[in-house]
Amino acid sequence: MRRLALTGLALAVTAALAAACGGSGRSTAPATAASDPSKVSGEITVLTNRTDLVNDGTMKKYAGEFAKVYPGVQVKFEAITDYEGEVKIRMNTENYGDVLLIPNNIAKGDYPKFFAPLGSAADLSQKYKFIQSGTVNDQVYGIVSFASANGFVYNKDLWAKAGVTDWPKTPEEFLAGLKAVKDKTGATPLYTNYKDGWPLSNWTNGNGSVTCDVKAESAMATEDPWAPGKDLNVVDSLLFNAVQQQLTEKDPTTTNWEDSKKFIATGKIGAMWLGSWAIPQMQAAATTAGQSPDSIAFMPFPSQAGGSFCSVLNPDYQYAVNSHSPNKAAARAWLDWFVDKSGFSATNQGVSPVKSDPLPSALKPYSDAGVKLIELETDQRILVDNIDKESEVGIKSPDYRQKLIDVARGAAKGDLNSVLADLSARWKAGQQAAA
Amino acid sequence: MTPVSSSLRRGPAGGPRPQDGARHSRQRPRRRWRQRLTPWLFLLVPLALLITFSYVPIINMIVYSFTDWDGVSPDYTFTGLENYVEIFTRPELFRVFVASAYYLGAAVLQIVLALYFATVLSFNTRFRNLFKGILFFPYLINGVAIGFVFLYFFQEGGTFDTVLRLFGIGGEHLWLGDPDLVNYSLAGVSVWRYMGLNFVLFLGAIQSIAPELYEAAELDGANRWQQFRFIIVPSLRPLIGLTAILAISGCLSVFEIPYIMTGGAGASETFVIQTIKLAFRFNKTGLASAAAVVLLVIILLVAWVQRRIVPEERVTS
Repeated sequence: MRRLALTGLALAVTAALAAACGGSGRSTAPATAASDPSKVSGEITVLTNRTDLVNDGTMKKYAGEFAKVYPGVQVKFEAITDYEGEVKIRMNTENYGDVLLIPNNIAKGDYPKFFAPLGSAADLSQKYKFIQSGTVNDQVYGIVSFASANGFVYNKDLWAKAGVTDWPKTPEEFLAGLKAVKDKTGATPLYTNYKDGWPLSNWTNGNGSVTCDVKAESAMATEDPWAPGKDLNVVDSLLFNAVQQQLTEKDPTTTNWEDSKKFIATGKIGAMWLGSWAIPQMQAAATTAGQSPDSIAFMPFPSQAGGSFCSVLNPDYQYAVNSHSPNKAAARAWLDWFVDKSGFSATNQGVSPVKSDPLPSALKPYSDAGVKLIELETDQRILVDNIDKESEVGIKSPDYRQKLIDVARGAAKGDLNSVLADLSARWKAGQQAAA
Repeated sequence: MTPVSSSLRRGPAGGPRPQDGARHSRQRPRRRWRQRLTPWLFLLVPLALLITFSYVPIINMIVYSFTDWDGVSPDYTFTGLENYVEIFTRPELFRVFVASAYYLGAAVLQIVLALYFATVLSFNTRFRNLFKGILFFPYLINGVAIGFVFLYFFQEGGTFDTVLRLFGIGGEHLWLGDPDLVNYSLAGVSVWRYMGLNFVLFLGAIQSIAPELYEAAELDGANRWQQFRFIIVPSLRPLIGLTAILAISGCLSVFEIPYIMTGGAGASETFVIQTIKLAFRFNKTGLASAAAVVLLVIILLVAWVQRRIVPEERVTS
């Protein structure tokens, strides 16, 4: 018995020592690309949110391809279901993989504390798009995996049945279209995915699509985003009106993301506001349900500036190298290979960060119709993040839109004006607190 | 105590016995020291676990509550009492306790039901063990699974509506979508889940009452209600007091069922969900820690007041 107790003591002491010794200093060494692939070696761990691709062996295939160029590097994958929640907490330690996706709620200003610099913005922007979003003080810390265009994923056959074949040009036309879908087909015209929450936060990516203004995000630092005529005012009003006119699901609190894919494929749902990354998933759902994947289509936000539609290219996760990684060269090799050579963004119907890559096929209707794809300026992102935090509005969280929907369907007090006024007031207080 | 010291004495027995008195007396203080140390050696592992997983995190939380830490950044600054000032100057942060009132009502119902079933099933009832199993079973299911099951159960036109229609109550209700209904639905789930635990506690206590008491009571002509009123309730009083404290602290810190089922949407947000949102949505870990400390203090306060009103009964032998 005593021996057991002593073993326990030894274990406890070892654990305490291990914890105490973990705290070595942060290294600021850059992760540079090696010139000779055969000389790079080491074992690296890649953190990913794509549990599906790790489980079905797709990632392993990528690793196999990679090993042909870099035979000395072993790649291990760690798929994390609750990526955001788990990785953020792991970042309190040094053990957060060698290559990882930067969690969304890491403030941009903190990037240098966690990630190895990848090079100067001037150099990397010659080859890559969307460099701004990972740049702090002219050093790049993250490279965008792919960008998605934003729009309504809709069931083309269903809308045709309702007599709507042209893309609506104004929010009013769009609402009329939804109404036609409801009246003529009986389907749920617009699905909010209220219960899962994150699809609601995607509506913020409509910012910029309405006025086609690349400064839409930077303007949030100084202006009121919910003032009349501003992008978020138009976007949130559209959502509010659709819910108020009962053009969305009846009980939003019991929605289900996985089911919604099936429903849109079989014509039970008319449209959902999402990124273009969702198109291949919906098409796959259509194939599974025995429908034609061609019925799934994509339309831009119903608003035109200067006679053409606009869609904001919204960068997805960024790849970064852990600044504590002992194998930075190997990590950088994987990162470069994955972005440049793997073809990962094309399979996800995403816009590749590599300038020379073509647009994905799902966006062909966009380019045919002359939809302008714009990239927002991100020079004020640190400040905007801060204002968002101080104001507790949560432009990247679903909460305020859940509240908006509750008000619209009569489950909470207020009206559209009171909701928007409340948002404006809170944002303004946040601006003052962050200044 | 005796078995420990005897096992210690057995230790040196294998070696040569001490021959002279001088040696013997030199060993004595050492043995006493060992004797005093032995219970601590046994406590070492549980204490290490307790300190690592309870006290260190709590102390950390209290430290964080005085900082502006965002939960990720390696740097933070001490801001003194700023977080506490913010909590007490924002009354909307305490409005969420309204939701706790529903769970408090449910807890009363839960204790009454548990007491009823425990009493009925402690007497000779047909299929006693089957019913015991059925009542305790929900407590064994994982909370996440319960959340998902009831999510389907409460869907518009879902299981619950279908069952109600069998009884002639038509119409589709938004059990989770209607702000007037959502807290009743969630509190109902919580009763369903936790009643089994109370039931088992009460059942155990009832079964430990000497059967002679019932026998004597029956000879005196007491009916079942009188037996319940004068034998069962008095012997359960300490347990009912304890259950009430657990119920109240549970109501103030309701978390998993509403978080899984609604994510705090509508009118179903509780204090803990609000704290989680502060910490992980808005990265205000300092403020959230302060909110957690406030909740801890409130619960300790409630328990203390309750102990004052219902004093603990000491066992006198």
